[in-house]
Formats: sequence, C-alpha cells, structure tokens
Amino acid sequence: MQKIKSISNPKISLNILTQEEVIRIHTATLDVIETVGVRFPSKNALEVLEAHGAIVDWSKMVARIPGYIVEEYLKMAPPVYTLSALEPELDLPLDGHHSYLGTDGCGVEILDAFTGELRRTTKQDVREVARVADYLEAIAFHWVPISAQDCPPESRSLHELEAIWEVSKKHVQTESIVTEREMSAAVEMASLLVGGREELRKRPILSIMECTFSPLGHDGGSLEAGMIAAQAGLPIGYMTMASCGSNAPITLAGNLVVGNAEVIAALVLMEMVAPGCPVYYAAAQTAIDLRTGSYTGGGAEDFLFGAATNVISDFYQVPLSMGAFATGAKEPDWQAAVDNSLSAFMAVSTLADMLLGAGLLHGSRILSYEMLFMDSEIWNILEATFKGIVVDDENLAIDVIREVGPGGNFLGHRHTRKHMREHWQPTLMDRRPYEIWQKNRDGAKEWARIKAQQVLHEHNPQPLDVKLQAELLRIIASIEKS
Amino acid sequence: MPTEILSEITQSLVDGEPDITYELTHKALASGIEPMSIIREGLMPGMNIVGENFASGEFFLPDLIIAAEGMKKAMDVLEPELVARQQAIESPGTVVIGTVKGDIHEIGKTLVATMLSANGFKVYDLGVDVPTAVFLDKIKEVQANILGLSALLTTTMTMQREVIQALRDAGMRQTLRVMVGGAPVTRSWMNEIGADGYAEDAMGAVKVAKELMGIS
Repeated sequence: MQKIKSISNPKISLNILTQEEVIRIHTATLDVIETVGVRFPSKNALEVLEAHGAIVDWSKMVARIPGYIVEEYLKMAPPVYTLSALEPELDLPLDGHHSYLGTDGCGVEILDAFTGELRRTTKQDVREVARVADYLEAIAFHWVPISAQDCPPESRSLHELEAIWEVSKKHVQTESIVTEREMSAAVEMASLLVGGREELRKRPILSIMECTFSPLGHDGGSLEAGMIAAQAGLPIGYMTMASCGSNAPITLAGNLVVGNAEVIAALVLMEMVAPGCPVYYAAAQTAIDLRTGSYTGGGAEDFLFGAATNVISDFYQVPLSMGAFATGAKEPDWQAAVDNSLSAFMAVSTLADMLLGAGLLHGSRILSYEMLFMDSEIWNILEATFKGIVVDDENLAIDVIREVGPGGNFLGHRHTRKHMREHWQPTLMDRRPYEIWQKNRDGAKEWARIKAQQVLHEHNPQPLDVKLQAELLRIIASIEKS
Repeated sequence: MPTEILSEITQSLVDGEPDITYELTHKALASGIEPMSIIREGLMPGMNIVGENFASGEFFLPDLIIAAEGMKKAMDVLEPELVARQQAIESPGTVVIGTVKGDIHEIGKTLVATMLSANGFKVYDLGVDVPTAVFLDKIKEVQANILGLSALLTTTMTMQREVIQALRDAGMRQTLRVMVGGAPVTRSWMNEIGADGYAEDAMGAVKVAKELMGIS
C-alpha cells in the first residue's frame, strides 16, 4: 500500500514573531487594504466587493475594503479541512498537526533522466515526473511541476492535470489555471473522477493555487478562475511572491504587509463569493538579487519568510501552502542543499501545512530528477529531526547504562536492537569508507539519477481507466480552439 | 566656479540624489555653462563612476536606477537646449520595447528599458499587454533598430513568435533586430522562434543590444 511521509506534531518549534508583532503586521495590512486598496482587474470581482461594502475606484479597478469587513469575512474560512486524494488512504488532513511536501512548479526546462540533456518540457515529462513523485513517500501531493509546452496555451493547464491523473492518485494542487474557462473545465474533470459535483465538494481531489500580482494587485483571469473554484468547493489559495526591493519594500516586515494585503484581500473575496469555502494562504516571498534584479530563490530572507508566514496564516486560522526548496542553484549541489534544507527547516519549524518546491532548480525553472530525490531525502532527515528527543524511562535507559557500565559497549545490547530502527537512515548520503569512494568517486547525484531511472522503468501505478481518460480528453478538447 | 558645479553634478549622481542633479543642472545652465559640457564633464563622469562601482560589485541595481533617474531629469532640462543649439548626442540605437499581448508583467521590461536609456539608447517603452499591430506601427514611426519583447508566462511566450512572424509578413524583419526576454524565455526558445538576441537580466540585455548594433 502507498504511504505518505508527513511531518506530524513536531517537537521542535521556533519563535520568529511575537503575538504583538503579528498584530502590528495585521493592523498595518488592514490600513493598506482600507486606505491604499488592492487592484482587482475583474468586473465580476469588483461587483462582489462593492456589494459587500468595499469602496471601488472603477477607473483604476482598485477596491478599498474596510478593515472590519476583511476581518468579518476571514472568520468564515474553515480552519481545518482535508485535501482528498483519489485513494482515501492518501488524503491529507490540514488540521494544524501536519506538514506535507509537494513538488514545485512550474518549470519550463528539464534535465533528461537518461541523457542528462537540458530541454524544454512536454506533456510526457509532466506524466513522468508525476510517476516519480507518486513513487516518493516524501511527496504528499502534486503541483504541476513543469509546463506541457507541446499543448495549446488555452488548454495546457488541463493537459497537465490530465497527465498527472493518468498516473497518480495523490492529491493535486494546480497553480497553472488562470482563466474562468479552464477552471470550469477542471471542475468538470475533477467531478468526473469522483462521481459528481456534490461528491467533489465533499472530497476535493483538486486544490487551486493562484498567484497574486505584486504589489497590491491581482490578475483578472486568476480572480475569475478562483471564484469558480470557490463556488465548486475546491480549496483555493492565493500566493504572493512579493520580492523585497522590486515589487515589495526592501524591508522584510514591509514585504510581509504587501504580500499579506494581497493574499487576505483575495481570500476575503472568495468568502464573499462562497461563504465558508475552504481557502488557504499561499506565499513564497523572496528578495531580488540586488545585482541583477532577478528572482533567484533561496537565501536568508527566504528562510525568514518561510517561518514567519505560517505565524501569520495561523493568526487568520487558515492553512498555509508555503514555497520552500526554491533554490537558485543551477545544479543539485551545495547551494541547493543549503537552500532547500534551511528553507524547509524554517517552514516546518512553524508547522506550515503544505510545503512546495521539491525537484526544481534555477529559481523554479529547471526540473532535475536528481534534485527531486535529494529533496525527498532532505524531507526524510527533517521528519526524523522534528520528532525531537523523547525523554522517558525507556529512552533514558538507566537500566541499560547500569548493565553496560564504564568501558563497555552498547552495540550488542537488546535495547540497541530494539530502538535502532528509530534512527534515520540515509539513502543518498555517503558514509562509506574513503577507499571505497575513491574507486568511482560517485555520490548523491549519481545515485539519485540511478534511482530515478529505476523508478521510471519500474513504477507504473495503476493507470487511469481508459474510459475516464477519454472523457477527460473530451472535456479538454471542448475548450480548445479548432 | 564651472568645474566645481560640474563635479557636484557628478557627485550627485554617485550619491543617488536625482533632485540635486536636477537643481544643479539648472544652476549650471543659468551660470552659462554649455549643455554639452554639462553632459560630458558633469553627467557622463558620474554615470561612469556608478557603472564602474556596479561592475566591481560595490553598487547594487537600485544605485544604477536612481542614477539613471538623475541622468534623465538632467537630460529633460538639457535636451531642449541642445535642440536650440542644433546639437545632438550620438545614440547607439533606437529601441521599441514592451510586454506582449495577454501579459501584464512590467518590472523586468521596465528595468531593461531604464538600463538601455541609461546607456544612451533612445527607448520607446510601449508598456504591457501590447497588441502586435501597436509594436509594428511604433517601429515604423520611430524607425527602430531593435525591438524588445517581454513575456513572463509560458502561455504568453508564444506571442513573441507571433510578433516575429508578423514582422516577417510585413517585410520589416530584415532591418530590425529582435530581442526576447522574461523568466520562462531561454536561448533555445530564442533560436526556435528566430529572434536575434536574448539575455537573462537587464545588464545582459544592454550588452546584447550593443552587440546587435555592432558596438562592443
């Protein structure tokens, strides 16, 4: 049976913002939403906001929402719900006790698992990466990891979903649907797989992530797509990627305010459209590279955001989907390991519900199967670390210490054998003798690639029923331009 | 003292004080210094110092952008004066730039436009969500040497190909160099759609633009 390795009830926690500081960020955010406003370039969205008490500047498409209204609608968001999977054992309860890891998105190039060649991504790549992600216990849910660039732009997001559903029963959170038309089709597709719209509402096998448009704005298509998702009961989140120095203040607290205003204003809109609908906070704030102006991914600022954001989403009592593992490294190397370990550590230390980002390099642009396995190993290390240290009679082991006494050893003791499998075991870390290593001078990268090749050869999860697949393809074809 | 005020102009650019650059430029003109001298002995040395500090890693991008703002404020004062004297500064080329239809991402494109301007290019920034026909009209109107096309989404990248095709159809492709950029854009994409230049960041874009104009 398939298993998912979540990090549950971690024993380690981190103090990053005091309650007073969170309230200051919240108050500053309400001030910005009420007095500066947020741009909602969608007539539908603005009409909803206006009808619920926002002051709308139609020429600028900016809504200024009074703070009390923001607070009132945020309270409607359910604090706890479940991301369903096609296989109920793979369901992911977002109950504040678990952190789950998902793949990253949405890359445009891939390092081929067999040839190592760097090339543009296709639908077949989406399918294959999904097969590997399906195999990995560390990966709890799929993002659309890479773009199906051989499919038409107007239906690409749906082909990506279909490719994942063909090979995996894990929950899918898509970030690539940006129009009302595609979202309606996606709802239809997901309904088909679970047996109808009401069933989908009960068992949302699909959740939706839309990006905000920093600073203080949204994309019209993403808003309209989000409103369709909210009405269908699909968990919907808005992700800010506010970057210090370009589309957010250079200071971290200022960035949090801008990003927070974007996210909560969108969640408020969702609650206005469908009161009580499941929503989540999503974020991947960062800082631009000050020498190039580019998004790079990784670094101290990202780590701080990774921990701080969950404190803020907890304040609003909504789950968080947090961008982590988003290294700017070009290869699965030292930089990638540092970035991805620390960003994941920080996000888990405040118990972010969903972490995104396994498998991509170069600021979420290039998929590497090696990185996907290495990121899973990082997750496994964290899973073991966050269990912390258990202090009880059995673990204090005074009797065992007494028995072995000064100068003895514990290697052959039954107590050792009993507990040794609680220890974390590496699959990619090199702990061999030096001379063995010298023979081939190989390591994590080579081993990860071999594992990826094996999985691609051997892991063929039960494919989607051909009739269902044909139905999904029919829905997709219906929105394609002839 | 003419030399003193010119070195103050230089310093104001290095210090990132565009308003002071603007005031000093007015003052220098009023004191009878020729506009061409203000440019060559006040502004250019300042931009060069900023550029050198950036290249050595001491200055960051905001230093460049703020200096470019100072330069622009000064040039807005000086350009009418140059015209009145029938003088002109040599420009490496004319660029039309914008984000393609369907895409509203602005920051990267604007940064490239700013950096090109700061390097002497005459830049026409058409903004975001620019229809193909608007690009073509502007290129004809200003006799552009280079077109810069930005796209931030995998779904709007395809518009870069369409604009290039439209240029071919209109018989404008021969005389125009096309540069493409944006997060999902790669060199292989540039080759596939038949563009002439591509860079990953704004400074790279300036280098490519200069190469396309035959300036090293």
